[in-house]
Amino acid sequence: MTKTVLTVDDSKTMLQMLQFALKQGGYEVIQGENGQEGLELLDRNTVDVIITDINMPVMDGITFIKELRKKAANKATPVLILTTESSQAKKQEGRAAGATGWIVKPFDPGKLLEVIRKVSP
Amino acid sequence: MDDLAQFRQTFFAECEELLGDLEGHLMALQSGEGDNNTLNAVFRAIHSIKGGAGAFGFDRLVNFAHIFETVLDLMRDGRLEPAPDSVLLVLRCADILSDLVRAAQSGTELPEEHENEGRKALIDLAATVGVNADPNAADAELAALDAQLAAGGPDTLNAEAPAAEAAPAKPAPPAKAPMLKYLVKFAPRDALYQRANEPLILIRELKELGGFLARADASGIPAFDQIQPEGAYIKWEFEIDTDRGEQAIRDVFEFVLDDCDLDVTCLNPPSEAAPAAPVVEAKPVSFTAAPAETAAKPAAAAAPRKPEQGGAAPAAAKPAAAKAEAGGGAETKTVRSIRVDLDRVDKLVNMVGELVITHAMIAQQTEHLHADQHPELANGLAELSHHIRDLQESVMAMRAQPVKSVFARLPRLVRELAMMTNKKIRLDMSGENTEIDKTVIEQLGDPLTHMIRNSCDHGIESPDERVAVGKPPEGVIHVSADQRGGRIVIEITDDGRGINREKVMKKAIEKKLIAPDAVLSNEEIDNLIFLPGFSTADTVSNISGRGVGMDVVRQNIQSLGGRVHIQSRPGQGSSFILTLPLTLAVLDGMVLRVGEQSYILPLANIVESLRPEPDQINIVANQSELLRIRGEYVPLVYLHRIFKVPNGIDDPTKALVIIVELEDGAKMGLVVDEIVGQQQVVIKSLEENFDPIRGVGAATILGNGRVSLILDVAGIKYIAEHEANRPSPRAMQQLAAPALEVSA
Amino acid sequence: MASAEPRNSNGQSGERDGEQASRSSRTVQLISFTVGNEEYGVDIMAVREIRAWSETTPLPNTPEVVRGVINMRGAIVPIFDLRARFGMPRTEPTKYNVVIIVSVASRIVGILVDAVSDIITINEDEIRAMPSMEQVNGIGFMEGLITVGERMVGLIGLDRMFSGRMLEAADGVDKPMLSGPAEAASAA
Repeated sequence: MTKTVLTVDDSKTMLQMLQFALKQGGYEVIQGENGQEGLELLDRNTVDVIITDINMPVMDGITFIKELRKKAANKATPVLILTTESSQAKKQEGRAAGATGWIVKPFDPGKLLEVIRKVSP
Repeated sequence: MDDLAQFRQTFFAECEELLGDLEGHLMALQSGEGDNNTLNAVFRAIHSIKGGAGAFGFDRLVNFAHIFETVLDLMRDGRLEPAPDSVLLVLRCADILSDLVRAAQSGTELPEEHENEGRKALIDLAATVGVNADPNAADAELAALDAQLAAGGPDTLNAEAPAAEAAPAKPAPPAKAPMLKYLVKFAPRDALYQRANEPLILIRELKELGGFLARADASGIPAFDQIQPEGAYIKWEFEIDTDRGEQAIRDVFEFVLDDCDLDVTCLNPPSEAAPAAPVVEAKPVSFTAAPAETAAKPAAAAAPRKPEQGGAAPAAAKPAAAKAEAGGGAETKTVRSIRVDLDRVDKLVNMVGELVITHAMIAQQTEHLHADQHPELANGLAELSHHIRDLQESVMAMRAQPVKSVFARLPRLVRELAMMTNKKIRLDMSGENTEIDKTVIEQLGDPLTHMIRNSCDHGIESPDERVAVGKPPEGVIHVSADQRGGRIVIEITDDGRGINREKVMKKAIEKKLIAPDAVLSNEEIDNLIFLPGFSTADTVSNISGRGVGMDVVRQNIQSLGGRVHIQSRPGQGSSFILTLPLTLAVLDGMVLRVGEQSYILPLANIVESLRPEPDQINIVANQSELLRIRGEYVPLVYLHRIFKVPNGIDDPTKALVIIVELEDGAKMGLVVDEIVGQQQVVIKSLEENFDPIRGVGAATILGNGRVSLILDVAGIKYIAEHEANRPSPRAMQQLAAPALEVSA
Repeated sequence: MASAEPRNSNGQSGERDGEQASRSSRTVQLISFTVGNEEYGVDIMAVREIRAWSETTPLPNTPEVVRGVINMRGAIVPIFDLRARFGMPRTEPTKYNVVIIVSVASRIVGILVDAVSDIITINEDEIRAMPSMEQVNGIGFMEGLITVGERMVGLIGLDRMFSGRMLEAADGVDKPMLSGPAEAASAA
């Protein structure tokens, strides 16, 4: 069955590149531009993996992860944070909120798929 | 490759947007209205640009953005005070950044020193609070600095070891590692499950590494009624035979290291220690157009990127910053949006246009049927018309954009012009959220830029000059956008010296643009600057005289269905007033007949129509006729004379007079044969295949398939004043219709 | 020489021309048409369609040459009177007159002529340059001359005719046009 990945990023470039890479990996992709949109999309879709940026307007990635973890359906959905701010502190913050793992921008499409398989084979 | 090109396109479009937003935020910072949210937004914009630039291998851009970002991060964290000097630096660096973006887009290489000064200033600024923002700092220097900083406090950059130092801590597998046996003890904690990690996946991945034996210790499982669904009760031990090294094993647990107890020991360690080699991750970028090039400069490229620490450390941003912004995020009503290709929207616009024409056609065909005999048909048509109108408005709204995107370029322009001319100029803007059709917005940039240039160059005086006449040394240019009626009005007002009419007259005569004995009103004199050939030679300065004159500005505006004129008050300043149509697509019009021709007069222009009584007509000395209406005198203009249409009615008491109002409030009585009806028409460009014609704004296609011209009342007034009522010397004729090279 | 009907059907000439094209690498196809007694041609690649004359909507204060605009499937297309362009009185069009729709630069315009006469395939080297005297005489938009049997066909350079602004193009030359060579040819 085709897996669905929710990508949340305020950068259209990033969304487009994620989509390109993920489609090549055979994933369905849905997109949101901030955490708020991400939550709304989760209300209406079942997703297998979530990839989210941290720095976003309206609702940032950290809040997004905290909120989505409150949803019964997404308690165990792997969440990867996507950020150039790959400092340990950011990662820790993401993990404290409930992120499963992280992807460092700019990402290599192959590496991206590898990481996704790592959390959702 | 196509995908790459497309990504690039998206990226640069996004950069354009981000830089535009950035200007707005920077303005707020400059005026002191900025708060932490502003800084956050600025940071995010730079951050997004950096992120995308990294993916395309624009190293120079990444490098600069990185330093910039570091400083902004320090500002939003409150570690750096956004003092006026710092804000100025941020403004300057935003300009540099946008240069770098454009250079990356056009593939041009800016001179090395382009960003050096700004770069250095940023690094120096960061250094004042003990942060090294330079990702390129030489290792030794960095190490030395680190030692220094380490003493300074833990809350600094070196909380993260820089790249060069981080590497040895993670010894990489030797090129050919020996086959070794490892014992891995893995005990998940509850948090591991709470973060949606799954031991099973990890175990499977581990198994990929080589020979594998797993033992599960289930002794920790409590009684069934005490089991927490997300509790961690099972521990594992694995024996793995692998030649991939210890790091490969640890990498499997990369995401869960903090959520488990992990112990990896080698059961048969080789005698000699594996040589330490720096970790080189898989090619960091593969979206780059030229991977070879990237590889050629690994040091520069990799430094800020892969070693996930480097200078990004200051991003040890306080969670509070992110939270503050997200505060109430859940309640925030978001605008839900999808992205649609503009072509699709345009197709829709065209289709709606055709629908309007088809509707008009059906309406015309059924005109002769009596409504009371075919009530359903009549009602249906009325309803259809209503729906079409709604549809049209919705579609046009899709194309509407706030003028902000054009206005956003202006602050930088003014800053630069002020610098070049040694003047002090402040730019005020208002009405940035006024929405106009996207096409208009796109074409507005150049004329607007040119008018601002003109105001900075010719309008605003030097500080000394200003002080001498009792003005504050700083000049002000105010740009505003506003919707008035069916049009958008953009005004560019300066408080400078105003137009020197004597000089303008002299020059116009010199250049033979007007007759030496021409008598012109003040307003006419001011507007001479729009004549082709006016702004040349001695007014050419670096700024305004870049090969185009105000005539080009006017032409550009006219081709958008707009108009521009200037109002000037000597000593007090000038205003360019620019009016533009709200949409380029449809218009409510009155169908008029003159002789055998029919024309469309925009409803927005019409005040009333009447058939005057003979005693309402007054003929004044110079033969022009005035219509007296409610104590007001309105000049009569015969459309058939203006357009030289045969067989038009010459007697106003037998014809129809339509009182029209122009943008500037002036009125005119347009004499036509009759009004045929009111209709919504689709605006078709005449200029697509032809040149602008004075008095004609555009064309449309009527229900019968024939083309009908849409009148431009300002142009008609112009012809009436300059061609019909004056003994037109050649120069005046040119003034009247620069587009028409009428051969005498 | 003016004939109301095209003399060669497209099918025939197309076939014939195709053969020729394969033999010679530098052939040009022209559509020729008549204005009065003269015959002119334009590059077939520029021709979008040929349609019968239909009433135009006049454009105010434009030169004689501009007949006005028509609606061509939703686009507003200006029509130029070639006869007037040559300095003769405007064409009195009937339903037999023909409008050749051509694309020039990025614009679509129509040229009102008397009748379409032929499709001509020639080698590029058969185009003779205009005698320099005639160039001076203000027929700058003529690109060359072609002799087809006993006929002389003036090749119109559309780019030259419509270079720059339309109104200038329309207004440019009001001199008696057809120059010596073609007249001489038709007289011959």
